Amino acid sequence: MDNSRRKFLKIAGLSAIAGIAAPTAFNGLLKGEAQASSASGGGHGGTGAASGKRYGFVIDVSKFARDKGLAQRCIDACHSIHNVPDYGNKKDEIKWIWTDGFENVFPDHSHYKKNADLHDAPILTLCNHCDNPPCVRACPTKATFKNPDGLVLMDFHRCIGCRFCMAACPYGARSFNWRSPRELDAAGNYKYIKNPKPEFPTRMRGVVEKCNMCAERLAEGKIPACVEEARGANAMVFGDLNDPRSRISKVLARKFTIQRKPALGTHPSIFYII
Amino acid sequence: MIEKALSGNRLYWAWLAFLLVIMGVGGLSYVQQFNYGLGITGMSRDVSWGLYISQFTFLVGVAAGGVMLVLPYYLHNYKVFGRITILGEFMAVAAVAMCLMFILADLGQPMRALNVLLHPTPNSILFWDMIVLNVYLFLNIVGGWVMLNAEKKEMPPPKWVKGLIYLSIPWAISIHTVTAFLYCGLPGRHYWLTAILAPRFLASAFAAGPALLVICALILRRFTAFDVGKEAISKLVTIITYAAILNFFFVGLEFFVGYYSNIPGHMHTLDYLFFGLTDAAGNVYDNLVLPMRFSMVIGMAATIALLFPGMRDTYTKIGWLCGMIFLSLWIDKGLGLVLGGFVPTPMEYITEYYPTGIELMITAAVWATGFFILTILYKVAISVKLTKES
Repeated sequence: MDNSRRKFLKIAGLSAIAGIAAPTAFNGLLKGEAQASSASGGGHGGTGAASGKRYGFVIDVSKFARDKGLAQRCIDACHSIHNVPDYGNKKDEIKWIWTDGFENVFPDHSHYKKNADLHDAPILTLCNHCDNPPCVRACPTKATFKNPDGLVLMDFHRCIGCRFCMAACPYGARSFNWRSPRELDAAGNYKYIKNPKPEFPTRMRGVVEKCNMCAERLAEGKIPACVEEARGANAMVFGDLNDPRSRISKVLARKFTIQRKPALGTHPSIFYII
Repeated sequence: MIEKALSGNRLYWAWLAFLLVIMGVGGLSYVQQFNYGLGITGMSRDVSWGLYISQFTFLVGVAAGGVMLVLPYYLHNYKVFGRITILGEFMAVAAVAMCLMFILADLGQPMRALNVLLHPTPNSILFWDMIVLNVYLFLNIVGGWVMLNAEKKEMPPPKWVKGLIYLSIPWAISIHTVTAFLYCGLPGRHYWLTAILAPRFLASAFAAGPALLVICALILRRFTAFDVGKEAISKLVTIITYAAILNFFFVGLEFFVGYYSNIPGHMHTLDYLFFGLTDAAGNVYDNLVLPMRFSMVIGMAATIALLFPGMRDTYTKIGWLCGMIFLSLWIDKGLGLVLGGFVPTPMEYITEYYPTGIELMITAAVWATGFFILTILYKVAISVKLTKES
């Protein structure tokens, strides 16, 4: 085969491939455009995977504003069953669920001439158990992962403590064990964990932790501890977002709710009724 | 060849002993950190990366800077860099070694570091960073060492080593690009979330790495018989000037996008770094304002000075100007970039970070270890080159 013929065949072949591929690629682009506005649920909101379970919460801020002590009772319920240490300083602080101001939880929302009710309403905040979690993407060891029920969980035994997930989380939901939470006092009791619960493991220093949506309670058929605490006031609803007949789906269909930083495309599973 | 590092004058041994002392003190500090946990540093829930990761980021740039010699010398057969290229390759080795040490120092569970290999996770940029850094270390130590050995034996180098050296050129770009991706792929950290981050990293790397190299070459010229040559220094200074201009241009782009778009998230960190932030209660947070302004002033002043031939006609002037550029870029990338990215927090709080004494000692020890490696490697390289010439 002489050189020019080989060249001709090469060019012909390449042109043919390009001719076939270009329209297909173009169609693909168009399809992508169509998807951006429909399948992901209006660009920012997000429906996530429709198969399998996806547990989430609805938090009714007005109920927490009415009963000022309720949020703290939810926090205590969570932190006590999960052996979350209290060091009494901000630098070492570990928290799974806490309250913050409206402008801190929703910095992208306007708080110019904020509704009077919101001024000192404690807004409960915790891990959003995103459907598209940036922390899971960042973790170099799969120590943080999404389980089949949509829970974003931690494997404390695999975490190397690089804290990439903390930088990746846009919600400030993650805490690091800067020191050992297992430190004992002279009497041999945990210094920083009041009434430790043997049912749940304490952590070692140097690993990241956060809300696990009470995965251990869900496994026993119970609901998360904070939701149980708020049930009397009807301030929180827990359930499967992918089940259209679940109570949470019905509440979401009826009420206007917002999510934290929806523009980031993380698809949080925590919704707020303001 | 390593035996060449075992003989030297008193100054050589005194320098190594000095570095060993710092390494020893830092090693003891690390034992304390290992036993207590990372709470012994100034890092917190809000500023969860500190000096270790910021030094790591800066040093990846110093390592990548070596390519500014390897590329002209090997790819374009630019003979003027014949004596200095090995210094660039060995500087890359020392810098990557420091990077790996800083990563290890920063891990909460360092004994589990190999989990990154046991559970490979391709969706994590840190996984890729580990791969590209280790390969780059390998490419430079093997490339540099084999070429030097061939020179010593006055034999042509084996053919395969050229392949490794050519590979190290795009690889240098990759290490700093992947390191930028660690930051610029994170949603919700506005200061880092910018496509210009990787180009800016590369521009500052190609200024800071060669600047440190020029300083090292001038020190070697002063204390040893080894002279890389006037033309090599002069060419390197030209490279530094262009790279520094690009870097400051990119910084300017960040300012334009932030302040012209007027989007608060794009302005907050720049406000914090260059003007200071005030919270609702009236507290002022500005601990990085002075260093960052200083960094910009000396960096730009030195870059402009390098444009004038009269400012680069003696080694003393060149040394000072390169030192200013290196210091400027170290402050910008080795402090401001990482620490500033955490301010404000995702919940819009402001927490300032101050390193602790132990943290500073460990940081100094890693730098000392890097210079220890660099000294040994340079000693070998210089001995080989000088023996051959005499």
